[in-house]
Parts: sequence; structure tokens; C-alpha cells
Amino acid sequence: MSTLLNISKIDMVFPTPKGDFTALKNVDLQIKKGEFISLIGHSGCGKSTVLNVVAGLYQATKGGVLLNNKEVTEPGPERAVVFQNHSLLPWLTCYQNVELAVKEVFKNKMSPSEMKDWINHNIQLVHMDHATHKLPDEISGGMKQRIGIARALAMQPEVLLMDEPFGALDALTRAHMQDSLMEIQDELNNTVIMITHDVDEAVLLSDRIVMMTNGPAATVGEILDVNLPRPRDRIALAKDPEYNQLRSSVLEFLYEKQRKVETISTKKTPKTKVTEVA
Amino acid sequence: MTSVVKNQIVGDSTMNQLKQTLLSFNTRAKPVLLPVVGIVIFLFLWTLAASSINTSLGKFPGPSAVVTQMGNLYNEHNTEREKASAFYQRQEERNAKRVAKDPTYVPKTRAYTGKETFLDQIVTSLITVMSGFILAAILAIPLGIAIGLSKNLNTAINPIIQIFKPVSPLAWLPLVTMAVSALYVSDDPFFAKSFVNSLITVTLCCIWPMVINTSVGVASINQDWDNVSKVLRLPKLKHIQKIVLPAAIPSIFTGMRMSLGVAWMVLIAAEMLAQNPGLGKFVWDEFQNGSSESLSRIMTAVIVIGFIGFLLDRAMQKIQYFVSWDKSSAKL
Repeated sequence: MSTLLNISKIDMVFPTPKGDFTALKNVDLQIKKGEFISLIGHSGCGKSTVLNVVAGLYQATKGGVLLNNKEVTEPGPERAVVFQNHSLLPWLTCYQNVELAVKEVFKNKMSPSEMKDWINHNIQLVHMDHATHKLPDEISGGMKQRIGIARALAMQPEVLLMDEPFGALDALTRAHMQDSLMEIQDELNNTVIMITHDVDEAVLLSDRIVMMTNGPAATVGEILDVNLPRPRDRIALAKDPEYNQLRSSVLEFLYEKQRKVETISTKKTPKTKVTEVA
Repeated sequence: MTSVVKNQIVGDSTMNQLKQTLLSFNTRAKPVLLPVVGIVIFLFLWTLAASSINTSLGKFPGPSAVVTQMGNLYNEHNTEREKASAFYQRQEERNAKRVAKDPTYVPKTRAYTGKETFLDQIVTSLITVMSGFILAAILAIPLGIAIGLSKNLNTAINPIIQIFKPVSPLAWLPLVTMAVSALYVSDDPFFAKSFVNSLITVTLCCIWPMVINTSVGVASINQDWDNVSKVLRLPKLKHIQKIVLPAAIPSIFTGMRMSLGVAWMVLIAAEMLAQNPGLGKFVWDEFQNGSSESLSRIMTAVIVIGFIGFLLDRAMQKIQYFVSWDKSSAKL
């Protein structure tokens, strides 16, 4: 399959009062249609910056992003984003939140009744049809994130961008959401870029895991192919040697090759004091 | 021994009952009882203080004098209304007679020119404050949104706002009066000049808190909501209508409530100063009148002014509750 999304040698430099800060240096990545990519790395390494450049919310200082061989210059619904903290509009019900997107994206392409069906279809897809007319404040964090995903899916994006979509959820809800996402992915086979901190999540969901080096001037460190057969089952995989092999190679990259030295040392100092007192 | 146990159980249950009644007392009776106690103590202290202050216009009015005056003012209003309707009736009869005699006669109707009563003045003040407030909102909210959306516009306009904001609108009053009498020239004005003066004074004092709060609300809109709008490529006007305006509603209402409270205070003072019809004029007229009843009538006006101010704020709060998505911001 040919390349759908080409992140071509991008540099990202932010001007600061203390001079220029190079966040990204020469990030290069090609993504095929239907691929599920995870971006993993320590916090502050510029994962979100990569995603924002692809979304068009930032403009790369050097290099650029090509979608279907066309350069990305501004945000657009063909690159829908699922934000970390759901970012639903609190004054609109779940239905209205999805409706806002559908009405804008399919303005002259769908009749009102088709729009209605399409909105309800997407809400059903994330299993939220029981709360269609509730306000975001009346549902749980996981449910909000489901509606956030429904809104993004309803735009029928060519690439779905997810910025730590389950980062703010508790472990059980997160596992549940991962299963839902895999189920949706089996059906729709979207092209997805997902940022995550969670090694298990990355291995479970992805076709490829892109591991980023620490910033400043972060770049793609290693790319790991995940060829585990789908559908994947988390319980069966827990004993799978290949799964564990992949998992440990990600851990190795994060905690040996790209270990964050400074944060650990600052955390250690108060601890030694406690032991002295004891 | 069994009796001891029994007693203990009985004792426990009575204790529980006592606790229950105390609990229901705390949750239900307290919110009613405590304000009543507060008011009673206040009335007592007021009576005490009033009886010990002797002015050249007689004793300082206590609660009973105020209650009497409330009745008087209401009766005066009724008699004035009766006089007015009697006047119009006489006029109609007279005109009918003249038309019957001479069919070519075009009847003239003249308005009744009696003194405005206390109730009339309340209505005048309320109409003035609401008109000035609404005019300010029509000007201030779009301006606030524009300033909130554009950093350049904010930088350009902010110094002007910061300088005019602390000015008491009463300082504007002479300028407004002169400007209105110079510019608002018409033989048969739809609005009285005095009304326009008061209205502009109210607008001047309402406009700044509304502009500032609206622009702050718009500028501090959640970045994620802004990004949602960008990803959807919402056109500018739709972006304002669907994202910016609802997001800023809580701050807009904070500004509106603040300015309405100040506007009510300023309006009374402006009416006193400029002799424009309204509650302020009533207070000033009574003071100039200097009868033995004047002070108690003024005291009545003071209490009515306070009560109306309270009701205005409550009404705004209710509107905010229905309009705003953020119900917590609509609480007192």
C-alpha cells in the first residue's frame, strides 16, 4: 500500500525569551492507509508537538506534512483530533456535540435526516446511545471520551489523531476503552496516530510503535513493528512470548536507552533524608 | 437488670429522636428562623437609635413611622389616580358636548399634570435603569467580544477603558446634560431630556464592567474548545455564535450583575443631583419640603430602594441560571 501520510523531515523551533528552543529535529515518518501508529516517549519529548503539526495547529519550522501528497497548512476535519481531556462543549448535549461537527463537515452533502442517522450511528458505535441527550457534566470521564471519539469519527477523517485519549481515565475504564477502540478499528480500519504513555496500550493497539528520543531536539528513536494477529485479546496476550518480547523492547528503550536522569535524581534527594531520620 | 437495659434502650431511642429533631431543625428551621432573629434585633436597635436622635425636622423615623408612611404613600397614589381619571372623564364629557353642538370641532385632549406619586417615581427609576442597562449591554457585549478576540484591539483600547472605568458617572452628569440639550433638539421629543440624561449616565456606568468581564471571558476561553473550532473550520461568525458566546456567558453575566447593582445606586444619586424624575427626585423633594413627615418618607424610600436593588440582582441571577450552562456560577 502507498503512503497516505508523510511526515517529512520536520523541525519545530519555538522562539522563547531565552532564545530559540528546538523541540523537534528531523522527525521523519511515513504512514500507510489503515495503519495504527502509537507515538511513545517520556513526557516533554515533543509527542504532542508532532501531533499538533499533523493536525495543522502548529506549522513546522522546517519540512512539512503531506496528506495524499498535499501539504497540510491548517487544521481540518480530514485530520480529526481526539483531545486528551475530551474537550466537549459543556453547553451542548452529547448529540449536539457530535451534531456540531456533522453539520459543519457534511454541510451540503447530507440531508437533515441523513445527518441525524449518521450522528446516531456514531453515538451507537461508541455505545453511548443511552446518554444521547445528556450534558457532558452528567456523564463520567470515560463516557465523555467516548463521545469525543464519536465526534472525531463522525467527521470521517482520513487520519484520526488521538492525544493520550485515555490518559485521564482509571485503569479499568482505560482497558474497557481500549477494547472498544479495537472493536471500532476492526470495523472501520481507520488510519490512526495515537500518543500514549502506556506501554501495554501501545503494544495492544498498534501496528507500529514509534518511540521518540528525549527532547530538546527530539526525533524518532526506533520503530517497532507489531505483527500480533488481530483480533487481539489482552488476557491471552499476557502469556504470549511475542507480546512480552515487544513489551520489554519498548520498556528497554524508555528506561535504559532514553532514561530520564535528571528527574529521578531530584526525586531521590528527599528520600535519603527520610532514611537518615529513620 | 432487664429494667436497666430497657431504660438504656428507651434512653437511646429518645436520644436518637432528639438528634433527629435537632437535625431537622438545623436543616429546615434555621434558614428561616435566623434571618427573622436578625431582622427583629435590627428593628429593635433601629427603634432604639431612632428615638434618641432629635433633628430639626422632628425625631429620626423608626420602623413604625416607616410603616405608616408606606400606607400614606400608597393612599396618596390612589387619590392622585382618582383625580386623574376624574379629570379625563370631565374632559371627555366636555369634548363630547362641544362636538354635539358643533360637528366641525376637533376635540383637544390635554394630559393630566398632577404631581408624580412615590409609585410613579419607582416606575420611572426602574424604566430608566433598565433602558440604560440594556443600551449598555447592546454596546458593551459586542465590543467586549471584539476586544477578547483580538489582542491588538485589546492593546489599543485597554488604556482608554482603564482610565474611564474609575470615573464616577456623576462626574459625567454635567457634561451629559449640556451635550444632550445641545444635540437632542426636537420640538416634540419622544423621550424627555431628563430621561435621556439619566439613561446616558446609567449607560456610562454599566458599560465598563460589562466590556471588561466580557473581554476577559472571551480571551480566557478554553484552548481545547478553540482547537475544536479550528479542526472543524468553523467560519468566524459561527465560531463566535457556537463557541465564544456560550463559553463567555458566565463572565458576561458576572459583569452584567455587577453593573446593574452599581447602576441602581448611581441612578438614584443622579436623579437627586439633576432633579430628573425618579426615586432620587422624590428623596430630594421630600428633603427640600422639610415637613415633619419628610424624614420618615425618605426612610421609606431608602428601604424601598434597597429592596428593589435586591430584587434586580435576584432577577439577573435567575436569568443567568436559565441561560448559563455553568450552573455553579449562577449561585449567590
